[in-house]
Formats: sequence, C-alpha cells, structure tokens
Amino acid sequence: MSIFVDERTKVIVQGLTGSQGRFHGLRNRDYGTKVVAGVTPGKGGSSVDGIPVYDSVGEAVDKTGADASFVVVPPPAAAGAILDAAAAGIALIVCITEGIPAQDEALAYNRLRRDFPATRLIGPNCPGVISPGKCNIGITSGDIAMAGGPVGIVSRSGTLTYQALHELSQQGVGQTTCVGIGGDPVPGTNFIDCLERFEADPDTKAVMMIGEIGGSEEERAADFIRDHMTKPVVAYIAGVTAPPGRKMGHAGAIVSGSQGTAQGKIDALTAAGATVAQNPTEAGEAMVEVVRKL
Amino acid sequence: MDLFEYQGKQYFARFGIPTSPGGVADTVDQAVAQAEQAGYPVVVKAQVKVGGRGKAGGIKLAADADEVRTHAGAILGMDIKGHTVERLWIENASDIAKEYYASFTLDRAAKVHLGMLSARGGVDIEEVAAEEPEAIARLHVDPTEGIDAAAARAWVDDANLDPEAREQAAAVLLTLYRCYVEGDCDLAEINPLILTTDGRVHALDAKVTLDDNARYRHPEWEEFAATEVEDPRERRAKEKGLNYIGLSGSVGIIANGAGLAMSTLDVVNQVGGTAANFLDIGGGANADVMAAALEVINSDEAVRSILVNIFGGITRCDEVANGVVEALGRVDIASPIVIRIDGTNAEAGREILKPHLSDRLRARPTMLDAAREAVALAAAATGEGAR
Repeated sequence: MSIFVDERTKVIVQGLTGSQGRFHGLRNRDYGTKVVAGVTPGKGGSSVDGIPVYDSVGEAVDKTGADASFVVVPPPAAAGAILDAAAAGIALIVCITEGIPAQDEALAYNRLRRDFPATRLIGPNCPGVISPGKCNIGITSGDIAMAGGPVGIVSRSGTLTYQALHELSQQGVGQTTCVGIGGDPVPGTNFIDCLERFEADPDTKAVMMIGEIGGSEEERAADFIRDHMTKPVVAYIAGVTAPPGRKMGHAGAIVSGSQGTAQGKIDALTAAGATVAQNPTEAGEAMVEVVRKL
Repeated sequence: MDLFEYQGKQYFARFGIPTSPGGVADTVDQAVAQAEQAGYPVVVKAQVKVGGRGKAGGIKLAADADEVRTHAGAILGMDIKGHTVERLWIENASDIAKEYYASFTLDRAAKVHLGMLSARGGVDIEEVAAEEPEAIARLHVDPTEGIDAAAARAWVDDANLDPEAREQAAAVLLTLYRCYVEGDCDLAEINPLILTTDGRVHALDAKVTLDDNARYRHPEWEEFAATEVEDPRERRAKEKGLNYIGLSGSVGIIANGAGLAMSTLDVVNQVGGTAANFLDIGGGANADVMAAALEVINSDEAVRSILVNIFGGITRCDEVANGVVEALGRVDIASPIVIRIDGTNAEAGREILKPHLSDRLRARPTMLDAAREAVALAAAATGEGAR
C-alpha cells in the first residue's frame, strides 16, 4: 500500500499550460500517473498533449472525477489556486510553488482548516508525493524511486528528498511512498501527519525522516515517534553548520537564538529512539541495515 | 529584509502608528538641522541593524545644538558589534511614564499569528520570556478572523497595561496588526511602546522584518532595499539572482536546493573542511546560472577549491554540465573544481563533462567522495600558500 496517493488517484494540473506545468505534468503522466485534466482560467477548451484543459477546477472535476490536484502556478496565484481546488472538492492538493508570501500562505492554510477540513494540502514549496510504480504528483524524477517498499520517506527539503530516494534505490531498498512536505513556514502537511500514516500503513516497515534547521516540527515529530511509532525511524537533519540568524534559502530554514538548531533536533530524535545519521549517505546505509534486520 | 529603526518608523507611520517627530542625518550638520526641526531636547540614535545600541553608547540625549554636535560626532562612524554607524535618527525626546512591549509574528507551531504584549517593555523580550513568562500576554490570531477592538482591549487588560493607556494601546495594536498583515511583515515589533507623562501612547522604537517573498507587490520597498549593507560577494550574487551567503572557509560550495546546499556544508565540515559560502542555484539551473555561480565563487579570494554538488530534479544534469563547461570557457577559474552530479539526465551530464576532466575539473560519484576530494585540494592549496 501507499499513503495519500495510489494507482487510482486522478490528477488535474492547475497551470498545465505554463512551461513548468507542462514539463512536470507530462512527466507525471509518462510515469503512469492518471493525469486527467489541466486547469487554466481563460484557456478552457484547449489541450496539452492530449490532456483537456478547463477554465475552472469545478468544471474539471465534474468532467473527469479528479480527486487530486497538482498546483504549479506562480506565487501571486498560488493561494487562490489552492482554495479553488478545495472548494471544488479536491481531496489532495500538491503545491510546488516556491516564494508564496507568508501572509497568503497562513491565510490559505487557515481557510482550509476552517472551511475544508477534509482536504489535504502537501506543500507549498515542496517536491510533491510519489508512490513508486503507482503515482507521482510533483517534480520528483520517477526513475530514482523504486517500487515495492518497505520504506516510507518524509522530507522537508526537495533535493535531499531525491538524495534519499536515490541512496535507497541504489541499495535495492524500495519505497512505499515518499512525501516532500516542503520548506515553508506553514506547510499544509507536517512530519506527524506522515508518520501517523506510515505507522498505519501495513506495507511500510520503516520510515526515513529528513529535517532541517528552523521551527520546531522535528522536535514535535520526535515526541510522536517516542509515544506512537512502533516502526523504526532513521533520521537526518541538515544544517548543523548553518550560521544562526541567516535564511538558508527555504523560508523555514532559519535558526533564531537557541531555537530550531540542528543539534537540538538531533538530540530530540535520538532521545526518541530514532537512528540519526550524520549525512544523507550514512542515512541510506543505516536504513539498509534496518531493512536487513526486518 | 530587516529595516533600520527609522525605516520601521516610517513604515509604521504609513499605517498610522504614532511615533515621535524626527528625521535622519548622515552628518553632524544634518543632525543639528533635524534637531532644530524636531524640537529640543532630542534623542540621537545610531541606525544599525543590531540590538544593544544603548549599552554601546549609540543612543544619547541632547538638550541643545552643542550637545547634538558632540553626540552625533561621537556616534557617526562608531562600531557597534561589527556594524559601522553611517546614519542617525534624531527625534524629539519623550517624557516616559511607562514602557511596554508589543509585537506580531507567525507562530509556526500553531500556524496562526501570534501577538505578544507586555507591561515590561524597554528590555530584551527574550529575557522577560525566560525570567517572567507570565508577564507576556500572548494572543493567537487566526488570519481568517483577524482581531477586533474588543479583543484588543481584552488583550491590553490581560497584559496589565495602565488603565490610562488602554484605549490608545488597543488602537495601536489594531494598527500594528494591519501593518503586519497588509505590510507583509515577518515581524512587526514595538519595544518600547511608551505611555508619556502627558498620557500619550506611541512607538519609541521599531523593529520590522519584511517578507522577501512579498516584494513583488510592494514597489515602495525599493528604497529599503537600496540601503541594505551587504557583503560584496552577496551583492554580486544577488545581482545574478543567486541565493548566496558568505562564510569564512576555503571550500566554495555550489549546490541546488537549500537542503542539499546545507547538507553539503555539513558534509564538508564532517570531513574536516570549512565552507566559504552557502550557494543554492535553485531549480532549473542552466548554463548562465552555473557560470554566474562560478564567477561569484571565483571572486572570493579565500576559496581554495570548489565543490559542485547537484542532484537533478527540476534541474537537469546535462544543462548543469554544459554550464560548467561553458563557464570554464568564459571565466578563468582560479581553484580546482570537484563536481558530483546525479539525478535527472545524470548520465548525459557525465558524458558532457568527460572530455573536460583534468586536475582542474574532477568528477566524483558521491557527495561524500566529492567533499573529501574538495577538502583535500583546499588543504593542499592552503599548504602551498598559493592559489
């Protein structure tokens, strides 16, 4: 099994007619994902490589029965696109857009929480979600993933997510689902949401968690691991050497004072019983060991 | 983007938060002219983006023009925690009865806005939080609901502000919230928010951090951006659209994605090296971007080797490889380059690099191998004492 998506997931791409939307939307379809429609206001009636484009998410859902949306639109339009998808009844929204103003993001998150509590948002500013062999929504390169499990991956960083998939696939260890939750301050889905689902998923036998400096989500995840996880967790935290007070690319990756340091997160995860690796390669090797012993 | 105090006050004033009359001065004569305008006594305040100005002697009271000359002369050019004072803010001095604290920021854990209000202002709020956490009244504000006058008044009562400050303080809080939201602030802080002896409430200081992601809808921020004092390496990088932070080591780093770039710094550190910088070339890095990144790193004289660590997702490795080759043709790179590419189109990328590999451009299969090689090259070059 997998979490959040599977081979039946029907996906629309909001922004399919843009260059990024087209590139990744078609790439997702080539991977085998059921990409059933695109949405671009004003371009309804056209098509992109055979995929029909509609003016609104509502219309696309009516015509195709889509239940997931891939949002790949510029920052000024992203929060609106997310809410449009939720209002049209989309259950899973994956938003890769980087650079959404924090005020827009916080407002959209809370609108979802208040008006569409059943809708799940992954991202923004994330690589997306992939269940190898079944469904890929986002910008992850499908050929670095390996189907069949038994590892679930959850990560805040894009490129480190790819790195983790690659390390495991190279060693012959497959993945059930890999979720990039994104590096923004208000992610729609957090570590705990994913850990909970992986814990409940019978095919996932172990979890790799990749965090980074800033915020306190990793510490909260450590509490969850300690109290609720029976499956082994291998973790890696990026940013041990990051200078305090500087924004390291991701809006979320900033250390203020003693809050959100890599060491604090590493200590919390270690205390919770997770195996914490020093670098992505070591994390891959540690997971190979864990899987061997299953 | 962090604002200077005077910019923060100007930003506050746009929204109607009361501040003291005053103006900026870059010279002693300008300081006197601003003081005459504001009315004596005045406060002469160093404009630096760092705390502890008062303790460092960067804030002085002046009763007349002579005192303004003395203090302005002493403070201009002063070094405060590594920041040189180039500008002053001169404002009419206030008769302070009480000092409060007020701020809005995002509570990432709760995923809503967090207002903090305290009757203990004028001191480091982190100290108050540590010593007497109950002295800070915290108010979570759901962005979909905002905050109304009744809630603001209740909050003021909760923080035990003085009754005579109640109405005005509540009004300032509502305005501060509007400034924080509509003004796209990551942080909007007034410390101290004062009650004067004649019963007025206003902002005596301003600490504002603007959300860079919202710059596209704030053309008025250009004037703030113009005064940003930056590391010259960072300025060059920014001009080329790169996300760069200067550090003090000897291994230049180029990576794609903030997470991988941070991780690359960590790995360099683990194998005994030091990074000269953080540089995230982002997604979709093409030849131009790679060439620009190499140029910026090359301009850093402390760099002894360059580590290029790319994992292709959106970024395609063949484009990265072309970028490296093209950059080598365009720029005379002083340091040897170690490159590791993996992910989308990695094989094609490696093929492109193959004919160009030499002592000056080495390819390594993994991040760890590449880091070890780059650190060894940096150590060897430092040992020789030459680039």
